[in-house]
Amino acid sequence: MTRYVMVADLRRCVGCQTCTAACKLANGTPPGVMWRKVVDIEVGEYPDVQRVFVPTGCHHCDEPPCVSVCPSTASEKREDGFVTIDYDICIGCGYCITACPYEARHKVDEPIWAYGDQPMRHEEARFDERKLGVAQKCTFCVDTVDAGLAKGLKPGVDPDATPACVNACIGRAMAFGDLDDPDSNVSRLLRENKHFRMHEDIGTGPGFYYLWDKEELPL
Amino acid sequence: MKPTLASGPWPRLQRAWDVRAACNFMGGGAGTGLIMASFAGALMGQPWLASACLGLALVGFGLTMVFFEIGRPWRSLNVFLHPQTSWMTREGVVAVPLFGSGAIALAAEWLGWREAAITALALTSLLAVGFLYCQARILRAAKGIPTWRNPALTPYILITGLTEGAGLFAAFHPSAAAAVLALLLLRFVAWRHYRRALGQSGAPEASLDVLDRLARRLLIGGHVLPALLLGAALLLPQWPVLAVLGGLLAAIFGLYAKLVLITRAARTQGFAIPRTPVRGRGSSRQAASRPGWASR
Repeated sequence: MTRYVMVADLRRCVGCQTCTAACKLANGTPPGVMWRKVVDIEVGEYPDVQRVFVPTGCHHCDEPPCVSVCPSTASEKREDGFVTIDYDICIGCGYCITACPYEARHKVDEPIWAYGDQPMRHEEARFDERKLGVAQKCTFCVDTVDAGLAKGLKPGVDPDATPACVNACIGRAMAFGDLDDPDSNVSRLLRENKHFRMHEDIGTGPGFYYLWDKEELPL
Repeated sequence: MKPTLASGPWPRLQRAWDVRAACNFMGGGAGTGLIMASFAGALMGQPWLASACLGLALVGFGLTMVFFEIGRPWRSLNVFLHPQTSWMTREGVVAVPLFGSGAIALAAEWLGWREAAITALALTSLLAVGFLYCQARILRAAKGIPTWRNPALTPYILITGLTEGAGLFAAFHPSAAAAVLALLLLRFVAWRHYRRALGQSGAPEASLDVLDRLARRLLIGGHVLPALLLGAALLLPQWPVLAVLGGLLAAIFGLYAKLVLITRAARTQGFAIPRTPVRGRGSSRQAASRPGWASR
C-alpha cells in the first residue's frame, strides 16, 4: 500500500511563506485563497514568548470529514491518501468547508485577480472556470505526483513528482513521501524525530506531521 | 463567498453558510415541528389543513433558500448521490416523500377523504421527524465548527424544532398552550445542557460570548415571557390571544436562536500545536491551551 503524507519540521520553518507563494504560482489561486499557508502562533506570555511557524493546508486525512459530509460524492479519498475534489460534480454547498477542522477549503464564486480587473499572466494561464462556485483546496499537487509516477519518478525525492511547496521550501522544512515505505524520507524523518499531528483529538487522522524534537535513539 | 486573508491561529467566523443556510434550519425545524403538531392536533380532532400547509411551506422555503446559497444550483440534483454517509443527502432523500405525502394529505383533507388524509398526515409526520433529525445531524457532522459538532446540540435542535412548531400551532389552536408550555421547559433544559457541554469541552471564546448574550435574550423572550403568557392562557381560557402570543414568542425566539447559532456563534476550530519545537535555547514547552478558546 501507499500513503502519501506531508511532514513539516517546525524547528526549520522560518515563516518565509515561500511555500505559500510557490503554491499560488503553481495553482493560480485567487487573492485570499491559500491552499498552503503558514500560521504564525505565539506560545507563552511576555516576556517568555516563543513564536512558531506552522505550515498547514489540507491534511489529507485518513477519515476526512469533508468526504463523509459531501452530498454529491465530489470529495473523495484515493487509496494512496490524496483527498480530491471533482469540480464537475461539486454543487458548492459549502458543507465540506464547515466540516474541515483545518480551514483548508475555500469557495470562490467569481474570478478575482491580484491586481485589478485584468489577470496576471500566470493567473490567466492557471484559470479554471470549473473551480468557480465549488469547493477547492490543496491537492498535494496530485497532478504533478501522478505525472511523475507515470515517468517512474519518486514523489518526495524527484522534484518533478513532488508538491510545489516542498520543492520551494528554502529551509528544507517540508518533506513529502510514502508513509508505508519504511525507506522513504518521511518514514525516516518520523522515525528519527518526535512528532505530532494537529487536532488529533477530533479523530480525522491527518496526513500532515509536525516534527518538534530529535528522537532519543537507542545507542 | 468572498475570500479573506488570515494567517493567525484564532478561530474565525465561518462564512461558508450565511443567512440563506440558516433559513433552512429555521424553516425546516419550525416547519417539521408544525407538521408533527398538526398530526397530534388531528388525532385530537383539531382542524389541521392550514397548519400542515404552513408547515410544508416553511420546509419548502428553507430548501429554496439553500438553492440560492449553493454555488452551482443547477447541479443540485447531485445532492442525492451520497446517502451512505452524508446527512445532507439523507435530508434531501427524506424531503421528497415528505412533500409527496404532505401533498396527498392536504389534497385528501381538502376533498373530505378523512381516513386517507389522516393516514397520509401520519406518514408525513413520521418523515418530518426524519427530516428534523437529519438537520440536527448535519450540524453535528460539521467537525470544523466546535459549537455545531457538540453532541449536546442534537437534542436542542430536535426539541426547539418541536417547540417552534407547537408554538406556531398554538397560534392556530390556542388549546395547544399546555403542550407548548411543556416543550418550552424541555427546550430550556436542552439549551442549558448544550451550554454546559460546551463549557466542559471548551469552545472558541468569541462563540461562547455570542451564545451567552443569546442565552439571556432566549431566557427572557423565548422562555419566561411565553411561559407566563401560556400559563395565563391556561388560567384564562376566555383570552385565547394569550396563547397565540405565547406560542408565537416561543417560535420566534427559537428561530432567532438558530439564526445566531448558524451565522454568528459558528467559529472555526482555529489552529493549535500541543508542543513548541526545540530550537535556540534547546527546550520545548507544552502549549497551555488553544488560542482563542475558553472553558467556562
